[in-house]
Amino acid sequence: MTASPLPSRFSAWFAARGWSPRPHQLELLATVRAGRSALLVAPTGAGKTLAGFLPSLVELSERTDGGRGKARGLHTLYISPLKALAVDIARNLDAPIAGMNLAVTVETRTGDTPAHKRARQIQRPPDILLTTPEQLSLLLAHREAEGFFAGLRTVVLDELHALVTSKRGDLLSLALARVRRLAPEARTIGLSATVRQPDELRKYLVSQNPSASAKSGGISAPPMADLVVVKGGAKPDLHMLDIGRTLPLSGHTARHAMPAIYDLIRGHRMVLVFVNTRLQAEYTFQELWRLNDDTLPIALHHGSLDASQRRRVEAAMAAGQLRAIVCTATLDLGIDWGDVDLVINVGAPKGASRIMQRIGRANHRMDEPSKAYLVPGNCFEMLECRAALDAVEEAAQDTPDARLGAPDVLAQHVLGMACADAFDPLGLYEEIISAAPYASLSWEDFEAVVDYVATGGYALRAYERFAKILRGADGRWRVRDARVAQQYRMNIGTIIEATHIKVRLTRMLRSKPGTAIPRGGRVLGEVEEDFAETLTVGDTFLFAGEVLRFEGLSEDECLVTRAGPGTDPAIPSYAGAKFPLSTFLAARVRAIIADPFEWDRLPRQLSDYLAQQRRHSALPGERDLLVETFARAGRHYLTAFPFEGRLAHQTLGMLLTRRLERARLRPLGFAANDYGIAIWCTKDVSERAALSPGFMEALFDEDMLGDDLEAWLDESAMMKRTFRQCAVIAGLIERRFPGQKKTGRQVTISTDLIYDVLRRHQPDHLLLRAARQDAATGLLDVTRLGMMLRRIRGRITHRALDRVSPLSVSVMLEIGRERVYGEGADEILAEAEAELLQEALG
Amino acid sequence: MALGQRLEKTVKGTDLELAGEALSLDRTGVLWLPEHRTLVVSDLHLEKGSSFAARSGQFLPPYDTRETLACLHEVMQRLDPACVVALGDSFHDARGPERMEPGDRAMIAALQEGRDWVWIAGNHDAAVSDGVGGRYCETVSLGGLTLRHEPLAGVGEGEIAGHLHPCGKVTMRGRSVRRRCFVADGHRLVMPAFGAYTGGLNVRDAAFEPLFPKGFTAYLLGDGRVFAIGRTMLGRD
Repeated sequence: MTASPLPSRFSAWFAARGWSPRPHQLELLATVRAGRSALLVAPTGAGKTLAGFLPSLVELSERTDGGRGKARGLHTLYISPLKALAVDIARNLDAPIAGMNLAVTVETRTGDTPAHKRARQIQRPPDILLTTPEQLSLLLAHREAEGFFAGLRTVVLDELHALVTSKRGDLLSLALARVRRLAPEARTIGLSATVRQPDELRKYLVSQNPSASAKSGGISAPPMADLVVVKGGAKPDLHMLDIGRTLPLSGHTARHAMPAIYDLIRGHRMVLVFVNTRLQAEYTFQELWRLNDDTLPIALHHGSLDASQRRRVEAAMAAGQLRAIVCTATLDLGIDWGDVDLVINVGAPKGASRIMQRIGRANHRMDEPSKAYLVPGNCFEMLECRAALDAVEEAAQDTPDARLGAPDVLAQHVLGMACADAFDPLGLYEEIISAAPYASLSWEDFEAVVDYVATGGYALRAYERFAKILRGADGRWRVRDARVAQQYRMNIGTIIEATHIKVRLTRMLRSKPGTAIPRGGRVLGEVEEDFAETLTVGDTFLFAGEVLRFEGLSEDECLVTRAGPGTDPAIPSYAGAKFPLSTFLAARVRAIIADPFEWDRLPRQLSDYLAQQRRHSALPGERDLLVETFARAGRHYLTAFPFEGRLAHQTLGMLLTRRLERARLRPLGFAANDYGIAIWCTKDVSERAALSPGFMEALFDEDMLGDDLEAWLDESAMMKRTFRQCAVIAGLIERRFPGQKKTGRQVTISTDLIYDVLRRHQPDHLLLRAARQDAATGLLDVTRLGMMLRRIRGRITHRALDRVSPLSVSVMLEIGRERVYGEGADEILAEAEAELLQEALG
Repeated sequence: MALGQRLEKTVKGTDLELAGEALSLDRTGVLWLPEHRTLVVSDLHLEKGSSFAARSGQFLPPYDTRETLACLHEVMQRLDPACVVALGDSFHDARGPERMEPGDRAMIAALQEGRDWVWIAGNHDAAVSDGVGGRYCETVSLGGLTLRHEPLAGVGEGEIAGHLHPCGKVTMRGRSVRRRCFVADGHRLVMPAFGAYTGGLNVRDAAFEPLFPKGFTAYLLGDGRVFAIGRTMLGRD
């Protein structure tokens, strides 16, 4: 056996606690101590965090100066996606540091850190600083950044798999590029859950621009950090919850399963009940309490709840005071709270990797199996659950592909770098393309970003004399003045929350019915402004575990009262996280449907259903698209089953509707779910398909992603929202802060107006390109739609039916829950106008 | 061009009478007085985009002036007015004309060619006096009508004003539509803002109460025509 790289006082500390260092902890320690960067891939419970800090703790313990009297620089920077996680890690590091009596200082730096402490941290940094990506960018834009980071030795990136999938990951990659320049000796350690393509994360951790570091001759593979993988871990003990009765054909509430879920909670110490949306969380929480005769402590945790309320739930969980928590993705990441012995996932799993990470929240000891149940909400979700069970069995992953860095994020970063110090454009370009997401950025695109930052990037050079960054005689760009730097600091970050308004509980004035007492009640949390605007007085909805009655809006608050007992919530939804079905699970679902031999493994109800579908119509082949047309109640329907997720289907629905309109079939509306779409028309679609051969092929031709898509994007509300986010990130417009009063009509300009004007006069502007890049993968999922259209070329199975097929029922049941086609503003106005006529005549 | 196509759609207006004069509310947001062959347009706010760059360093697309003028050009081609009255706040600020691109300046001159053009003083551009053609007035009287920028509280018989940028919001079946609008009660008319970057003030705002003590009808600018909406159907923001 080779000598352990672990110093004796560390060995002794492990031994005293009855532990021995795990092989991956030692391997990572050796790699990093040899001056190399590394990615550690490990399931939950493998002691990932301690492994990440071990190299730093060992090095810090070996310092000879003792650190007394003399100011030492920052040694280790730890970046976490969650502020709460950084705070939690600080607490956890206390045990080894105190236990071994190490002279190591650990501090956090978040948005909550007071100004005097932040200033002191710059002058006298701790050995280990725990912070978030946004705070890192702010530090790097600081005038003192160069000195602050000069001695940095290690950067630890926690939950890297979660960070890299978003614009935050782009921002962090750019920050890392700058850190590498300020501290060339620093090594990077990425900590990640199991992912599909670990090489992408390995590239993310190191410079992708060999010319910026050591030049290597010829074409070489992209540089990658070393890989340390924790093998094994016990297979999870995972099942589909069988409630012994028939499931409904639609709906996602899983009402039928609530008694069984409640029984599971009674039989375990602590249960995490994961759901997919905030609405579902509210609903599940309420149903469980309805059954809760034992008054078990069951709590609720989701992103709309007041932060202090969430903190209370987390603390109670850590203290072991809860038996169950109903939660959304807010508890997907992170913190090792309490002793969870069962995870229940209600509703469709949507993605294999997501479900595995959720399962990992149960039982944080990796050598014991995590126990979990999947609860399908309806008959069709059983298919998805089956596909997910198979994926987990094989440990197959479906984490998203690596991102192409967003231009709006780059613009924010470039301004930040100008705030830190004057930059030489070529030097900054070399630095930026060392970041994996920006490795393919061209010099021209970089120049366009610099031009945007300086004067807005307009062909009409209207703003030269107001430029934010100025090029000096030395060729270097400098920030114009302190005000620009201040604007940068105020608008940092890539997370653009929908504007939220507070929900406040009020009492009604008895003396004046219909009038709420405007202030004084408790704040229950926040809802999205868009949701609040659709409410009319008297509407009831679920929030914070209660049925509330909307009483009105008062300036910046949504006023509510408690609805009477037994009131059903009338308003179906407020927006929350909705994940589309992953491409990977979708393919598995199609494979199961296509192969009747697989049906033995399905619940009987479902296999019967598929058999019926085969008799009535057809089953789509694994790579095929099934299209059905039929008439019903005077309307002509077209249904199609691409299994590509709701977002791609909504885009498809918009585009198909345009084409059907052009074919004069007079489409009236459409509905979509994760599996398919239904479009209804006035004219007979079956007849048209019979009369003109090739009609369906032409209808689903890939060329719909050309002009039709462009024309629709121009008007799409979704696209406008995407543009707004890009505009805020890139600093075109300033962020609105919660609690900040709406300013008068003269001061702000709606981004919709800006979008309209810009796309008419400069359609290739940087921000429009950024918005289109987002649309490709984000809310509109155009990329996925394009892949589907290519897949099904020449593989469309069309069935003209005399009545609705079993498969079509699944999507027909979505009708009425979905918004109907068309922007249709004039129809709404015409209806409101008719009311005026009524008034006049009546 | 998308803009042309949009305006090519059948443009339907709504006809009203005020102080004995015929008014036609155009769906583009201009007012047409057929008997006087006069077009009234309010709150153009030209050079609003560039005012942000000058004041707070926000570089909004500097195309709002040409966009606004192009829309005005379209509607003027259709109606061929003998007189155009710009009802105040034609420029977003007093220095707006200085910042204007030469091409936009030439566009204004072309629009003024062969017709009477009146700039009514607004609160944003009261000091604008020169270099953009036309004549300047505080108010204009046409038959029984009085055209001024800011509506006067109290009696407003025959008053046509702008200034407030009225917008109406209609919510039905979980969807809401918010549009610029005319507001009228048979005595007075408040016009919508025409400028490409002009926002709107909800007609339920208290600012409208003293002007229309007995209620009003809002005429919302739809995609295809103008819609008359009663007060009860109009929501707050």
